[in-house]
Amino acid sequence: MKLTNEEKTAAIETSQRILSNYNQEKGSLIPTLQQIQNELGYVPSPAMEVVADHFNVMKVDVYSIVTFYNQFRLTPPGKNQVKVCMGTACHMRGGNIIMDSWKRRLEIDCGETSEDREFSLDRVACVGCCTQAPVTVINEEIHAKVTPTRVEGLLYAYQLDKDKENKKAGEDN
Amino acid sequence: MGKKINLTIDGKKIQAMEGDKILWAALENDIYIPHLCAMKEQQQSPFAGCRLCFIEIEGKPRPVAACTEPALEGMVVNTRSESIDRLVEAGFNLIMSNHHIDCKICAASGACELQKIAKERKIRLKPKKLVQLDRNLPKDHSKDCIIYDPNKCVLCGRCVTACRTEGTAVLGLAYRGFERMVTTFGDIPLGETDCSGCGSCANVCPAGALIETDN
Ligand code: FES
Ligand code: FES
Repeated sequence: MKLTNEEKTAAIETSQRILSNYNQEKGSLIPTLQQIQNELGYVPSPAMEVVADHFNVMKVDVYSIVTFYNQFRLTPPGKNQVKVCMGTACHMRGGNIIMDSWKRRLEIDCGETSEDREFSLDRVACVGCCTQAPVTVINEEIHAKVTPTRVEGLLYAYQLDKDKENKKAGEDN
Repeated sequence: MGKKINLTIDGKKIQAMEGDKILWAALENDIYIPHLCAMKEQQQSPFAGCRLCFIEIEGKPRPVAACTEPALEGMVVNTRSESIDRLVEAGFNLIMSNHHIDCKICAASGACELQKIAKERKIRLKPKKLVQLDRNLPKDHSKDCIIYDPNKCVLCGRCVTACRTEGTAVLGLAYRGFERMVTTFGDIPLGETDCSGCGSCANVCPAGALIETDN
């Protein structure tokens, strides 16, 4: 995915600022990555390059760490974060079908963010309401017994909200 | 270091340098032990990830990896036994279960370490009891002189080491579990990296994942 110029500068500036508190001790590599993830919500390539330089390790090794741990994101979180539950119960009730519907409708893969930064798609493992399986969490809101049609409906509702907002913004101007 | 010692492997008395890993001592004496990840230059810190080089040493309760076990005076080593064969076969089957098998048209056929192991230990290339999991990842043709087919990669890590010692250090291992793969920073095609095209990765690839072409 292509990062915008602002995202790139933010990534570089933030990582440089965070790194200024650390020496070159390799043990600090993961903590810095975590801090970058906390501040930016993800760990973009330019940030990984700055980190690799600082700790004097190969950048592909930093990439290796970031892709290894689930806590790191590679793409910016979307304005709306869609999390599809793939826990045992949801899996049994067709969680993967729901995941596929989201993928198809948002035209992104799991772990990615749409070009307009409106949606990001992730998988989670059990959100604690298995009786409602299959579950999708959008931002903090839980949607129970999701079906592919429900996915369409949720997106439609979102589109309506958005249109309303735009109209309002238009009137305000 | 540097002292010659005597040991016995499969009943054959051989000499080796003290501290050399048993795998190399055996191979130099024409005793074959299956191995994918070991690199002789890396003897001091072996990767030991393929788990195919199991051997038994008299006096040790469990099988050990030949690529990490230093040779010592008077050792008695066995490379074959029922339990060793089972271990090796199980490991080999797991590796093969997601190795894209197309020996008929594979450029590595004949020089393939996997074929060799299968032949030596009489194991089928295509495991009978496991489902074949093909990841269907795209091949990387971006570099003129190298073709990388991740579906044939056995994750031995030799190319990564070679790339760091002889090349420009563009290769690395990333992701986790079934998704694990040899890749570049940001998964960009080799042609867009600093890859110098030295071909050292293809030279050490035990399978057909990295192939050097003529152009
Ligand atoms: S498995 Fe999805 S909520 Fe528990
Ligand atoms: S050669 Fe010993 S573990 Fe791979």
